[in-house]
Amino acid sequence: MAGMFNWISQIVSVTLFNLRTLPQRIGSSTTAIFGIAGVVAVMVGVLSIAQGILRTMENSSSSENVVVLRSGATSEMMSGLSGDDVRFISEGPGLLRQDDEVMASPELFVIINLPIRSTGTDANVPMRGVTRVAGDVHKGFQVVDGRMFEWGLNEVIVGVGALREFAGLEIGSTITVAREEWPVVGIFEASGGIAETEIWVDASVLQPAYRRGNSYQAVYGRLKSPDAFQEFKDALTSDPRLNVKPMREADYHSSQSTVLYNLITGLGTLIAAIMGFGAIFGALNTMYTAVSSRTREIATLRALGFQASPVVISVLSESLLLALLGGAIGASLAWLVFDGFRAATLNFSSFSQVAFAFDVSPALLVRGIVFALIIGLIGGLFPAIRAARQPVSAALREL
Amino acid sequence: MTESSRSLVSVKNVDKVFKRGSEEIHVLGGLDLDIPEGEFLALMGPSGSGKSTLLNLIGGLDRPSQGSVEVGGERIDQLSNRRLAAWRARHVGLVFQFYNLMPVLTAQKNVELPLLLTHLSRAERKKRAAIALDIVGLSNRNNHYPRTLSGGEQQRVGIARSIVTDPTLLLCDEPTGDLDRKSGDEILDLLQALNREQGKTIVMVTHDIHAAARATRTLYLNKGRLTTEPEE
Repeated sequence: MAGMFNWISQIVSVTLFNLRTLPQRIGSSTTAIFGIAGVVAVMVGVLSIAQGILRTMENSSSSENVVVLRSGATSEMMSGLSGDDVRFISEGPGLLRQDDEVMASPELFVIINLPIRSTGTDANVPMRGVTRVAGDVHKGFQVVDGRMFEWGLNEVIVGVGALREFAGLEIGSTITVAREEWPVVGIFEASGGIAETEIWVDASVLQPAYRRGNSYQAVYGRLKSPDAFQEFKDALTSDPRLNVKPMREADYHSSQSTVLYNLITGLGTLIAAIMGFGAIFGALNTMYTAVSSRTREIATLRALGFQASPVVISVLSESLLLALLGGAIGASLAWLVFDGFRAATLNFSSFSQVAFAFDVSPALLVRGIVFALIIGLIGGLFPAIRAARQPVSAALREL
Repeated sequence: MTESSRSLVSVKNVDKVFKRGSEEIHVLGGLDLDIPEGEFLALMGPSGSGKSTLLNLIGGLDRPSQGSVEVGGERIDQLSNRRLAAWRARHVGLVFQFYNLMPVLTAQKNVELPLLLTHLSRAERKKRAAIALDIVGLSNRNNHYPRTLSGGEQQRVGIARSIVTDPTLLLCDEPTGDLDRKSGDEILDLLQALNREQGKTIVMVTHDIHAAARATRTLYLNKGRLTTEPEE
C-alpha cells in the first residue's frame, strides 16, 4: 500500500514538474495543439451535418404517427395509392378520431424545380398535396406568417426551411408549377422537421395539375397511442383489398435519412482519420522534441531514484493535456462556427432537397475531444517509451 | 572482521563492455576495488579511461557486464531496475559536473526532489531541504531559481540535493569541472567537511590534481585498470 502511495506520489510530482516545463516548449506545443484543434474542428463540423440531418428527421416524427406506402415502395416518390386504398387505410383500427374526422391524411408528393437562393442553380424542391387533416397529423404544423391556403384554390404555403433556401418563395410571390401560377400566401413551421423544406398545397388541386386522378402517394396517420401501431399494421397487411406497407413515422424518416447520414458520417470519419493521421505525426514530433529537450532532466530524475513508469505517465500526461487543449479548442470552434448553421442538401432517398441546421451536439463534442485524446495518446506513447528506455548513465552525459 | 566486510563498496572482477553496432568496446576489465566506509576517494585518469563508468556501476546507474558490485553488503548488480532505483534513492547521493538542477524549480524545491520518493510530510521535506541548504551555506538562496545562481552556488544546491536523504555514499562526477578555481575550492572544502564531519564516504571522479589532493586516497584508472600511481 505504501509502495503504491509512493508510486502515485512519484507520478504526481514528476507530472506536475514536467507540466511546469511546458512554457519552455511553447512553440512546438502550440503547433501540436492547433494541429489537433483543426482536425477536431473539421471532424465535428462535418459530423454535425449528419447530426443535423438526423435531428431534422427526428423532429419530423411523432411517436403516434404512421406512414402508409404501397408495398415495396421505399419512399413516397415510388409509392402510389388509389382513392380506394386511402379509404380502406382510413378505416384501419387504432387511428385517432377528432371531431368525427379520422386523423389520416392522404398526400401527394411531387418535385418541382426552384433556384437555390445562394447559388441560383436549380434544385429539386418537394411539393406536397395535403388534405384538411394534414395540419393536425403532422407534428408541430403551424402557419407562422400570412395565412393557410384556401382549399380548392391554386395557392401554396411554404415551409420556413424552403423559404430560407430557395428563391422566390416570399409571401406575395408566385411560382409556376405544371404551367399554372401558384401564389404564396403563407409560411409554416413543423417543429424543425423535414416538412419545413416543403411547399404545401391542396391535394385536390395538385392532383389534376399533375393528372394524378384520385390517386395519392402516402397516407400519414395519427394513432390513438403509439401502442396501437401493431394492431393497425396487422389489420392493413392482412386486408386482402390492400397491398400496403405501414410504418412508424420515425422508422420511415430514419430510413429516408440513412443513406445520406451514412454517406456524410463516412466522409466525415474518413476526413478525420486522414487528418488525424497527420496530427498524430505532429504530436509525435512535438513529444519526441519534448522528450529530447528533457533528456538530461529525465535522466537526472531516474538517477535520483524515480521509477520509469512515472516518467512514461508524465510524458503521456503532457501529450494528453496538449491534445485535450487542442480538442477543446477545436470543438469550441466547431460549435461557434457550425452549430445552428443552416443549409440544404439533396436527400438521395427522396431525390429532393432537405433543409437542416448543423447540429454540434454535446455527444459530438465529446466524440471530438475523445478523438483528440486518442491522437494525443498515440502521439505521446512512443516518445514516452523512448524516454523511459533511455539508459540513465548515457543520458546523463548528454548536454 | 575481514577486509571486505569493512568495505562500504566492494567491486570484484568487474568487466564492462559497451556495444557500438557490431563493435565491442571493453571499458573495464577484471577490475577490483574496495572502498572503506568514511573514505574520500579520488578517481583520476585520462578521458575515456572508464572513471565515470566505474562511478555509474558503484551508484547503480549501470550494470557490469561481468563481476559483482556490492555496496553496504548488498549485491546491487543483482537488483531489478525497480529495486535499484529505490536503492539509489535511499543510499546514494549524486553530484554532477553540470549540476543537473531542474530549471523550473527553486533551490529549495530542487533539494526537496529526492525527498518526494520518501514518505515524509511536506513540512518535514521542507525542513530537511532547509537544513541541507544551510549545510552548504545557501540558506539565503532557497527561493532562487538555478538561472539566478552562480555556477558555484548551483553546485552547492546540487550537493545539498545529494545529502538531503542522508545517504552513506556520495558519488561526484567531476564536481568542480565546470567551476573556476575559487568556486571549485569552495566545493572541495564542502565535500571535505562532509567527509570529515559527517562521515560521508565520497567517490569523486576528477581530472584536477588539486581536487584529487583533497581526497584521502587517489586511484588512477587507465585502460580499464586501477593503479595507485599515474601511468607515464
